[in-house]
Amino acid sequence: MPVVEQPSDVLRQFCHGDPDAFEALFRRHQGEVYGWIVRIVRDPAAAEDLTVETFWRIHRAHARFDPARSFAPWARRIATNAALDYLKTVRLETGLPDDLPSPPLPEPGISEELRRKTARAFGRLPPKLQAAATLALIEEQPYKEIAEALGISTGAVKLRVFRALRLLRKELKQQGIEP
Amino acid sequence: MNEHDQKRIEQLLKKSLPPVGSEQRRDLWPAMLKRLEASSPAVPWVDWALLAMVAAWLVFFPGAIPVLFYHL
Repeated sequence: MPVVEQPSDVLRQFCHGDPDAFEALFRRHQGEVYGWIVRIVRDPAAAEDLTVETFWRIHRAHARFDPARSFAPWARRIATNAALDYLKTVRLETGLPDDLPSPPLPEPGISEELRRKTARAFGRLPPKLQAAATLALIEEQPYKEIAEALGISTGAVKLRVFRALRLLRKELKQQGIEP
Repeated sequence: MNEHDQKRIEQLLKKSLPPVGSEQRRDLWPAMLKRLEASSPAVPWVDWALLAMVAAWLVFFPGAIPVLFYHL
């Protein structure tokens, strides 16, 4: 996600609760925030709702923002938390995820059943592991950026990705699939 | 899990769940405005109750109005 810097005046006004400054920040950053969230939750409609939820959280937390710092990483961190909350809810409500969206084009060399089973097993992973693995392996985002968004070190991201892969392998083995 | 296993499972994951498009489909500002409006702070019921008590007090004891103005 490219970092778009704001004039410090806008950030200062936002800190003081100025609605116009909030709107300016929303209009400038909504695309980046949406893009980040949709990579984690993989559902455009949910990502739109979560973008609004993220900016609602940002709006409520305006007094805690330090205008000397960048807005984008702060927003990304809040967006990540909102996305993780969503993944936890979806897991609890549906047990996840028979209804994961299909890939836009059929992937050669992999059967539909295997794809579905892998996606389902991946959806059963703990949300924190799932988010780290999605961002790092599927979306190929830089580890540094993922670490900032999750509020952990780069090493911890790598560890989460490794644990996600190990759990996924175990889950698939239980289903009789030898990856 | 060795490195080879890790690579294979990574490949399987990438084939099963390809990247999603991250382009935004529509402007979300109208939805944001709705959310802000829906959550604008409502007057708490305690405030309404206090207002009703003051109004009743003034109706039943009109002589208290000058006292009220004196204290305002």
